[in-house]
Amino acid sequence: MLFWQILIDGFAISALYALGATGFTLIFGVSGVLNLSHGAIMVGAAVAAWAAAGELGVGPYTGALIGVLAGLVLAFATYFIAVRPIQLSKAIAESEKEIFILTATLLWGIIIQEAIAYLFTNNAKTVLPIVEGVTTVFGVRTPRNEYFTAVICWVAIGLLWFLVNRTRRGKAVMAASMNPRGVTLLGIELSSIYLTVWAIYGLLAGVAGILLGMFLGVSSYSVGPLTASAFSIVVLGGLGSVSGSLIAAYVVGYLETGTAYLISPAYRTIPALLLLVVVMYLRPQGLFGRR
Amino acid sequence: MISFKSFLLASCATALMSSAVWAADPIKIGVIAEAQAVAGSSIAPAAQLAAEEINAKGGVDGRKIEIVVYDNHSSSAESVRAFQRAVSEDKVNAVIASYISEVVLALEPWAGRLKTLMITPGAASDVITQNIAKNYDQLKYTFHGYLTSTSLAGLVCDAAKDLLVEPYKMKTAVIMSEDAAWTTPLDAGYEKCLPEIGLKVVDHIRMSPDTTDFTPIFNKIEGLKPDVMITGISHVGTQPTVQWKSQQVPIPMFGISSQATNSTFWKDTNGAVEGVMFNAVSGPGVAVTPKTLPFVDAYQKKFGNIPSYAGYTSYDDVYMIADAIHRAGGTDPDKMVEAMEATDYVGTIGRVSFKPKGDPNPHALRTGKGYITGLMLQWQAGKQVNVWPKELAAGTATWPSFIKLKAASN
Repeated sequence: MLFWQILIDGFAISALYALGATGFTLIFGVSGVLNLSHGAIMVGAAVAAWAAAGELGVGPYTGALIGVLAGLVLAFATYFIAVRPIQLSKAIAESEKEIFILTATLLWGIIIQEAIAYLFTNNAKTVLPIVEGVTTVFGVRTPRNEYFTAVICWVAIGLLWFLVNRTRRGKAVMAASMNPRGVTLLGIELSSIYLTVWAIYGLLAGVAGILLGMFLGVSSYSVGPLTASAFSIVVLGGLGSVSGSLIAAYVVGYLETGTAYLISPAYRTIPALLLLVVVMYLRPQGLFGRR
Repeated sequence: MISFKSFLLASCATALMSSAVWAADPIKIGVIAEAQAVAGSSIAPAAQLAAEEINAKGGVDGRKIEIVVYDNHSSSAESVRAFQRAVSEDKVNAVIASYISEVVLALEPWAGRLKTLMITPGAASDVITQNIAKNYDQLKYTFHGYLTSTSLAGLVCDAAKDLLVEPYKMKTAVIMSEDAAWTTPLDAGYEKCLPEIGLKVVDHIRMSPDTTDFTPIFNKIEGLKPDVMITGISHVGTQPTVQWKSQQVPIPMFGISSQATNSTFWKDTNGAVEGVMFNAVSGPGVAVTPKTLPFVDAYQKKFGNIPSYAGYTSYDDVYMIADAIHRAGGTDPDKMVEAMEATDYVGTIGRVSFKPKGDPNPHALRTGKGYITGLMLQWQAGKQVNVWPKELAAGTATWPSFIKLKAASN
């Protein structure tokens, strides 16, 4: 019973982590940007979906759609406000741009977080679930929404895989992550690749934020922990490696769930963080990192 | 330039005119509160409303009341800085501070050092007043304008006896509370009073206020098969409530759930709060005193929403401070403290009177019959309905379909 409980709950939460971390690692892999406003974009999408469904009364589907759009808009805003100007700046030395972008996205994330708290208070919100009710499998009563979350996450990840491996545009993105200069030599504009990647990222982060909002709920306080968890999953899996992130998401998801059930919910995040420290010592490039 | 000069002249004239209306210096009351938290966000507007009402009737002995607002971002450190600025730069005569116990405990010594009267409209920890008992001369400037956790626990037990034990023959309970300063005395109070009303405490779960996934906690509680969950939550609220509903945990939630007192909580939880029962000092449409409903109407008219629990007390606090200054004949801090101690005031949540020096909790509110008795509200179809005590009840308890009341069929 407890085994099935951990298996099912762990699967859903891990799928959500995987989806959240995929976009994060994709951006890093392709453009070398560590986007520390990640959590704020997820929360922004969830709060937009909540506000649309609750305040405007548009129903769960339209609400979710508005949330995804908000994720997309926030991703582009992040790119054009916090990232692009620094990439293009002549005043900042190339070697320092990475740290400038890191700081800029962090501050941008705080701006979004404070704006959310100011406009919608810091109380947690939950997005109207698309699927209601519970299902009992192996004697474990689980909200149907939890299965729905896992399915959508994997569908989204599957679509991403299809896009990257089976479409021309996606292959160009993949190529850019391996050798940006090579891609430009083939006559593809890097800046348009970046736009594609940020669009994909915005959609992924938006969907992940809304699902999280339906499953567990979000508040402006969630911003920091969400960025931190995506960051540690990506570092654990290997920066820039999408498959590494997926596996790391499941490692972290199950470690947390197992700890919460078997030891105490209060210690939930500790073992995963300890594992991260150990991996950093033994294999600094992460479990599946290329660099 | 001419227009600037005339503007200057006009402002001087206005200044002269307004000083002609008010006899002396204004009385300044600082409000240090959490503008971004639902519970805290009513504190400053409610104080403002009270000040305007008092000023419209001529102020306090011809002196105008001015409210100076500081947003503390829910942080103790920012609150301390705000308190120092309020006293030394803005020269406030009294401070109304916060709904968070940790914040009030951080400010308490500063109220003593800077000899400035401070009252909290929403914190609950008993330690606030226990500190006063230990060091009265230094800390007597602090007043506890809301119920202590121990009193809250007692009120919840009184209600549980009438609402759970008698009608449903409930026998067992699990205490579920967040790990925070205010719940330590609350839990101790629950541990003591629940067995007295016939509810055996089978387990006591304290969770981190950072918890986001409550599945393992509900899972554990369900495994213990208690008749009821007695809650002590304030920093968390939306997430446990929504997950309780989405996981269909078949055990009623009953106790303190501060966020459930907010009128927006139905929307925050998409209606998952249906059936949750929670202690409150006031409720929509409940005329606890003749002042309650006029206050709610005026607040709603002015600000467009319904005040949180700390809004009611903050509104009363301004009236009590004004009254104390009137009786003290001015703003001398020691005389204000003496006058506050003699307060006997019917406000929006009941009759307010403070426990005296020598009590284990000096400057805490008196509770029970004749003073503040509290209410038990339940969310029903998008509305907070008062179900206890009987003489103020507007409806009876109903439960969501997934709640299994074991003993109800007996």
